[in-house]
Amino acid sequence: MEHIPILHMGRFLLVTIQVDMHDRLVMALQEDLTNRITEVGARGVLIDISALDMVDSFIGRTIGDIASMSRVLDAETVVVGIRPAVAITLVELGLTLSGVRTALNVERGMELLRAATGIRPGEGHDGGVED
Amino acid sequence: MAVSKTDSVTVRSPTDIVLIRQAVRTWTAELGFSLVDQTKMITAASELARNLLDYGGGGTVRFEVLHEVVKRGLRLTFEDQGPGIADLDQAMTDGYTTGRGMGLGLGGAKRLVQEFEIASRVGAGTRVTITRWK
Repeated sequence: MEHIPILHMGRFLLVTIQVDMHDRLVMALQEDLTNRITEVGARGVLIDISALDMVDSFIGRTIGDIASMSRVLDAETVVVGIRPAVAITLVELGLTLSGVRTALNVERGMELLRAATGIRPGEGHDGGVED
Repeated sequence: MAVSKTDSVTVRSPTDIVLIRQAVRTWTAELGFSLVDQTKMITAASELARNLLDYGGGGTVRFEVLHEVVKRGLRLTFEDQGPGIADLDQAMTDGYTTGRGMGLGLGGAKRLVQEFEIASRVGAGTRVTITRWK
């Protein structure tokens, strides 16, 4: 089965969604991400959805679930790159993604993760300055 | 009102939901819908296609391009031969679900289009029709 690649950068995980996701791919991402968070002790997760031309209630709910699960595993999630048309549609649909941190782009998302965790990306397990 | 182009697509698996979204993207782009209007129609179609699969045991989506004197639109009809819906008012209420979803599908889809019709008979199936005009 196909999977969405998860990049590992220091204490952060980066996911760029590039395809129109069918439901099983969304569920696989949720499982893969939570596994990777525990494997590498990730403190932050950045999900870039700038390539997605629509987010329906299923995808929106799963993004919310990923954020909640990450929080339970002591990692912050930031979703970046929501397109204007997608934002308008989401709110009319009735989905406000409350509980999910968002940022306009990857750069601002990384800033948000750095501020939330006190870790700079690239600071890994050896000699990182966390805590 | 004239119908100029029609097609029918079967929904049997989650992959078909993606195909429906792509088809709606193509049809709305051909009709010259704005990006926001395209996105709304695609999202509504995705919700209703998933309902076909989750609650109707699969079904069909009919695509129709409509022409009126001064406007053109896309009408989509989602039809299944599933168990049907006993209480339509309840099913249309945000947050109400008998499944695993958020209960936003029907009410949300209705808010994203200009015309919305639902007809259902218990034991016979459900038909939802949505239209968006350019």
